[in-house]
Amino acid sequence: MSELTLEVVTPDKTVLSTPVVAAVCPGAAGEFGVLKNHISLLSALKIGALRYRTESNEEHLVFVNNGFADVNNNVLTVLVESAELAENIDIARAEAAKKRAEDRLADKSDKIDHTRAEAALQRALVRLSLARHH
Amino acid sequence: MPSLKDVKMKIAGVGKTQQITKAMNMVASAKLRGAQSRIERFRPFASKYKSVLTELASKVDGASHPLLEVHKEHKSCALIVITSDRGLCGSFNAAIIDKALKLVREKTTAGMKVKAICVGRKGRDALRRLPEVEMLDSYGEHMGSLDFSLASSVAQTVIHGYETEEIDEVYLIYGEFVSMAQQPPRVLQLLPFETPTADENSNQAPEGPHCEYLYEPNEEQLLGVILPQYLKVQTYRGMLDTSASEHAARMAAMDNATRNCTDLINSLTLLFNKTRQASITSELIDIVGGAEAQNG
Repeated sequence: MSELTLEVVTPDKTVLSTPVVAAVCPGAAGEFGVLKNHISLLSALKIGALRYRTESNEEHLVFVNNGFADVNNNVLTVLVESAELAENIDIARAEAAKKRAEDRLADKSDKIDHTRAEAALQRALVRLSLARHH
Repeated sequence: MPSLKDVKMKIAGVGKTQQITKAMNMVASAKLRGAQSRIERFRPFASKYKSVLTELASKVDGASHPLLEVHKEHKSCALIVITSDRGLCGSFNAAIIDKALKLVREKTTAGMKVKAICVGRKGRDALRRLPEVEMLDSYGEHMGSLDFSLASSVAQTVIHGYETEEIDEVYLIYGEFVSMAQQPPRVLQLLPFETPTADENSNQAPEGPHCEYLYEPNEEQLLGVILPQYLKVQTYRGMLDTSASEHAARMAAMDNATRNCTDLINSLTLLFNKTRQASITSELIDIVGGAEAQNG
């Protein structure tokens, strides 16, 4: 058992559970790559793209929300509030979310939670860029 | 003795009620299956969170995060009360509300202010009538379409309150889903934070070298990310549990009601037949009596 397994888990389901050769995670302190036999690691993740490469040398992209990654015994577990494979991203919904977030940010009144709106905007932007890439 | 027609109508009425309760039972069982599979899918996420947090909390000394601090004075507490939106599920909601009221009484006699966040209409309707409870937030009609963002916003409210020292204790009250027959109300203390005990993980402790974990950015900052998340996870679990419990309780209640209807129909049918017999007998007596009179 020296294969690296990638698991992406959200509250609603296990999005992904697959053997991979390498994975690159959007860590809070910068991107980091994980290969097999990596040392045990716990890292916070920020909104971004998780990349992984399979045995057949295919590269895949996954959108990940805030959360964290845990590497232990050749299992990379990514625990996030939401995650989507790049091919499953709903472009229309992301566009709508982007528009909504921008409108909220343009509103300067106090009742708008700006940090939340910014996070929403960022999620939408990352989703869009991933979907276009695909 | 009721008339034949009355009894007949009564039987028809009870029969219709039985059809409805039967249908509600089936709807509840279908919904229960959905709710159970949601719990099933959420379980890996929740258990992983718990093990990571246990691991992390053992590394960090206490009181390095505002959520880990125990406030010096306990002046106010917040209750998160999760009930169902609809009734007709036996004593399920009543039991949860009862538990909540007991806690409210206990806290007010201890001189604390009580604030509440209600998820589900039944709890909201019960608690908003109390003058001593300040309603922070209430969510009705959400139990049918639960998602993590709801749990997240509920938890965010209490976390904010705790960090600004407006709330000193937080409790989660929900219906735990133990089995099809048991859905006891539970009170769970969310804050001040009690580190999850390692009992469940003790059997997997020997596996792998645990000492050389690498933390990024560092333990304290990670804890700052994971702690609030863990509260959201617990709140969400409470919601999922309550939703599954609600449907199980309704199934049991409707099953009982259907059975009661069958009993009622049986006794009414007996009454119907008795009444019919009685009327036939009295008619016969009339006829025989008349014939006797003519012959005589």
